[in-house]
Amino acid sequence: MAPRAAARLQAMGFREIHEYKAGKLDWLAAGLPTEGANSQLPRASAAARKDVPTCGPDERLGDVRARSEAARWDAAVVVDESDVVLGLLRAMELAKGDDLRVAEAMRPGPSTFRPYVPIKEMADYMVEHKLESAPVTTSDGKLVGLLLRSEAVDLASGCEDCARKMISVAE
Amino acid sequence: MATLIDREQLQQMVDSGAQLIEVLPANEYAEDHLPGAVSHPLRRLEKESGQIDRNRPVIVYCWDAA
Repeated sequence: MAPRAAARLQAMGFREIHEYKAGKLDWLAAGLPTEGANSQLPRASAAARKDVPTCGPDERLGDVRARSEAARWDAAVVVDESDVVLGLLRAMELAKGDDLRVAEAMRPGPSTFRPYVPIKEMADYMVEHKLESAPVTTSDGKLVGLLLRSEAVDLASGCEDCARKMISVAE
Repeated sequence: MATLIDREQLQQMVDSGAQLIEVLPANEYAEDHLPGAVSHPLRRLEKESGQIDRNRPVIVYCWDAA
């Protein structure tokens, strides 16, 4: 759309025309402020729990379970040394054998969601797809936090649908 | 032909007085737009072109590169 707009402006005689090719999506992904009705609405990043336990893929599952339980969590996010999400340990994975490596027990490659997604869209998606939790990550895969469905639904209460859906199929 | 710019260049140009124009439909602009941007949806661009300053650089954007 922007290339067509630029072409039309040029045809109308405008001389200095630039196109921000990466567009609004790039701006939102960078976490920069916006203006408009949604700018004050909660987004996925606002509700994502930053205190979720994390672990590496080579840790012993029993150790991670103990740590998670001590923190009153029944989930943990598996990350690499750069905090990039590798997998998810939900209650059912955490209940596996103590001596398994995390990499053997985890649910690999979980769907991840960007911080700018409006909480209403996140809540609806999690309900529709029966997701108990969803890792929120930056565009390069680094963990922001874990969004819990119950908290997303609570926070979304009263929010209206947005014109543009921000969860892409690739996510 | 339009010059392609990135986010950093956009911020510098806006600081220097460039006009920032969102060409998406008005309802999408109303929900979220870049600070300082004005709405001139593609469909209304010709009709609204008189509102755009011809003596200042113009930056247009939409949703993404697709």
